[in-house]
Parts: sequence; C-alpha cells; structure tokens
Amino acid sequence: MLATLLCFNFLGGLYMSFLSHLISGVSLGSIYAIIALGYTMVYGIAKMLNFAHGDVIMVGAYVCFFAVSRYDMPVIPSILLAVAACTALGVFIERLAYKPLRSAPSLAVLITAIGMSYFLQNSAQLLWTSNPKVFSSVVGNGSVKFFDGRLSISYNVIVTVLACIVIMSVLTWFTGRTKMGKAMRACSEDKDAAQLMGINVNATISMTFAIGSALAAVAGVLLCSVYPTLMPTTGSMPGIKAFTAAVFGGIGSIPGALLGGTLLGVIEIFAKAYISTQLSDAIVFLVLIIVLLVKPAGLLGKQVQEKV
Amino acid sequence: MLKVEGINVYYDAIHAVRQVSLEVDDGEIVTLIGANGAGKSTILRTISGLLRSGTGNIYFMNESIRAMPPHKIVERGLAQVPEGRRIFLRMTVEDNLEMGAYTQKSDGIGGDLERVYTLFPRLKERRKQVAGTLSGGEQQMLAMGRGLMSRPKLLMLDEPSMGLAPILVEQIFSTITEMNREGTTILLVEQNARMALSIAAKAYVLETGHIAMQGDARELAVNEDVKKAYLGG
Repeated sequence: MLATLLCFNFLGGLYMSFLSHLISGVSLGSIYAIIALGYTMVYGIAKMLNFAHGDVIMVGAYVCFFAVSRYDMPVIPSILLAVAACTALGVFIERLAYKPLRSAPSLAVLITAIGMSYFLQNSAQLLWTSNPKVFSSVVGNGSVKFFDGRLSISYNVIVTVLACIVIMSVLTWFTGRTKMGKAMRACSEDKDAAQLMGINVNATISMTFAIGSALAAVAGVLLCSVYPTLMPTTGSMPGIKAFTAAVFGGIGSIPGALLGGTLLGVIEIFAKAYISTQLSDAIVFLVLIIVLLVKPAGLLGKQVQEKV
Repeated sequence: MLKVEGINVYYDAIHAVRQVSLEVDDGEIVTLIGANGAGKSTILRTISGLLRSGTGNIYFMNESIRAMPPHKIVERGLAQVPEGRRIFLRMTVEDNLEMGAYTQKSDGIGGDLERVYTLFPRLKERRKQVAGTLSGGEQQMLAMGRGLMSRPKLLMLDEPSMGLAPILVEQIFSTITEMNREGTTILLVEQNARMALSIAAKAYVLETGHIAMQGDARELAVNEDVKKAYLGG
C-alpha cells in the first residue's frame, strides 16, 4: 500500500517536472518564434538574411532597461518606447545599409548584414559598456501555482506565451486579410509583378523591416525578463537560434517560424533537463542539421514553385 | 496617349533596344511584332519603369514617365500584363484581382470585380481557389483581369497567347477586342503576328532591337517581307 503510494508520488513528480520543462520550453520557444518572425518576413520579401536582427533585440532591451531603471518610466510606456526605437532603427538600417545593395550579389548583402551586427554590438559597448546590466522582469517574478503548488508557472512564462499568440494572430490576420499585408505577400512572391500592380516595393520592404524590428524589441524585453543579464552581446545567440528556428520551420513561412521556434525552445529545454546543460546548444543544432538533411526547405518550407 | 522617343536599353554589354520610337493614340489597338529576342518585352519593361533607358524620353498623357518608379506609372493609368502571366500563384484568384486594384480605393473595386467576372466567368467560379491551381488559359485570363483592375487608360499585353491552345488564343484575342471597345487603349506585343495584325490598327515590326517597319496593320499583313518573315510565307 505504502509502496504503491510512493510510486504514484514518484511518477507524479516525474510527470510534473516533465510538464514544467515543457512549459518553459514553449515559453523560450515563443521568444525564438517572435524573433524568427523578423528573420522570416525580411527573408520572404527582401530575400536577404538580416544578421543584425539579433542585435536589434539587444538595443530594444537596453532602451527598455534605461527607461525603467534610469528614468523611472512605467513598464508599458517603456516597452512602447523600446518598440518605437527599434522600429526606427530597423528602418534606418535598411535604408542606410541594405537598400543601396538592392541589386548587388546576395553575398555582398550578407556580409553587410554581418558587419551591421558587429557595428551595433560595438556601438552598444561604446555607449553602455560591456558591464552586464541586471534587467528586472517587466511583469515581476511571481507565479501561479497548480496541483497544490507542485507545478508553478511564472508570470514571465504566461506573458511570453500570450504575447506570442497575440502577435501570431495579428500577423496572420494582417498578411491574410489586409491590403498592405497581401501586398507584402505579393512582393515576396514576385517583386516585378508586384511593381506592375502599382505596389511600392521599397515602401513594402521598409514596412517589413519596421514590423520585424518592432517584434525584436518585444522579444528583447521578454527575453531579458527571463534571462536578466543584459550585455551588448545578449542578442547574438538568441538571434542565431531564432534564425535556426526560422530555417527549421521553413524560412519565409510565418507558421513555420512559430513551429520552428516552439520546437527549438522545447528541444533546448529538454536537452538541458534530461541530457546535458553544456551540450544543449549542440543538440539543438544537431536536430537542425538532421531536419535539413531530410527536408531541405524546412518543416513547412515552400518548395520552389515551377512555372506552369 | 503614349509616345516613346529614341530609347536605348542595355543588358550589361548587350544593346537590346536601339533607338526605338513608337506612338499609341487614344482608343487604338497597336501591336508590336517580331521574333523571339527582338526586344519586345524589353520595350514594355522600359515603358513600365522596370528598366531604364539612358536616352530619349517616354511620355504618357503628355507627362514624362522615363524616370518615374513603376508604381507611379501604374497610378497614372498605364498597366502591363507581363510575359509569362506572372500571377501570384500562392494567392487566391480574388486576392490576385485585389492586388491588381492596389492603386484604387479598397471600397470601390466591387464594380471592377464584376466587370472582370463578366469578361471571364471562369474566374468567378474559381475566385476562392489558389491561383497556382488554375490551368494555363485560366491563368492568362486572371493576368488580364488583374491588369484591368487598375482601371488602366492604356493596357500593355505581353504575349497573351503564349503557350495556349488555338481555341483559347481565339478567345483571348476576342477579349482584347472587347476590352478595347469598352474604352481601354491597347499596346499588344505578340509572336502570333497573324492574329495580332488582324485586330490592330497600327503595327511596328521589331528586328534585333530596332524598328524595321511600321504602319497600318492591314497593309503590313499583306506586305511581302512581313509575310515571309512572320506569317509563314
């Protein structure tokens, strides 16, 4: 009798810890998904990999950090300020560094993007030093308890997952239902044809950078709420992982970014919990390699369409 | 309505269009015929602003459009149905048409949609379908309907009969005539010279980038040189 009870308790504990890992995985994955959206939308329309995207996240987190801790601004206006700053930064980067290369070979654009990434990191170091700042969570560190306290879900997790759901729904509506969103899809399919419809392709590309960078700001705030160490290199690794997530899900596809991001987050947390903390990143990238070997266009990737 | 004066277009070192001038008057059907690679599409792409001519000028409704971005040219009422149709394969038929009306106010396109559906009833049946699933003929209808959605004063059609079965070619050409009767001026680029000359008022014959002959379409259709080169003797 006692043995059975103990056994149930033990299994229950295993189940609860599994559930709690799964929840943190989904939460981390939601952040990756929000970042991956920026990569995937820009790739879909400008056909370029904006490797500076990760560093825009870092800038967003710094703006929010300073607004809250130095200027004592309330949380919501601080986040909005970060969003506005990143939107402007994203549009500015595109105008300054990528637009002049619109018809240049893709390698030149790629190298420019990597250069822009280092430029942002080093500018941040110059402005804000490389001393880590301690970011305090925008929603506080409380949590909601379930099953007599055996499972606790932090406010961070709840807000992150909700933010991801809201962003995904709004973007799906935007690209599927609005004229501007449809024009973005038209541009991503055929830029010349889109121009012949009277769509201003340059304005559409700017718009895409604006949306992607605004999302990067949100991701930066959410990321630093969970992992509070803020440094000029903070955006770099999540940026690369989110890029991985975008490729994993199928670059250019919005649902792919969601799927890829979530899976990547869950794999990473499970690898940390059940295999090895040190190896978790290696495992994440190993999974990516395997998926790409089997499905080169990613999980939801569109195969290049043949002309009928 | 459209006046092209001495344009030259290069692809890197290749001189694709040499000193081309042409004119389209209000209400006309004008055709530009010539062999594959003669530079017909290049001329249309240049008029639409996708390519640039270093010399000469292009006037539409007495306004120079030579340096204008493509979307501004569409706003002026000069639209193009490009070669190879170039419809948005992953979007629905109706979304494609809506993109055609991008320069129009969203709430005012209902009438234009009806007009396109009257011209092409097949498109109405398939309006919720993804365009990539349409047959070649239906895709051409969609491309033409999409071109009409911007309410163009002048519509340029690039090889609308390409790759279509003879019966569909007939249908496409009769639709072009109908669009013209409803008030749209047409500049038609074709390899099917016989059909093009039969509906056009005026024609230009393009040879390796320059205009070799021009004149009344009916006269060109009986011209010995044209017959030999483009009408199969």
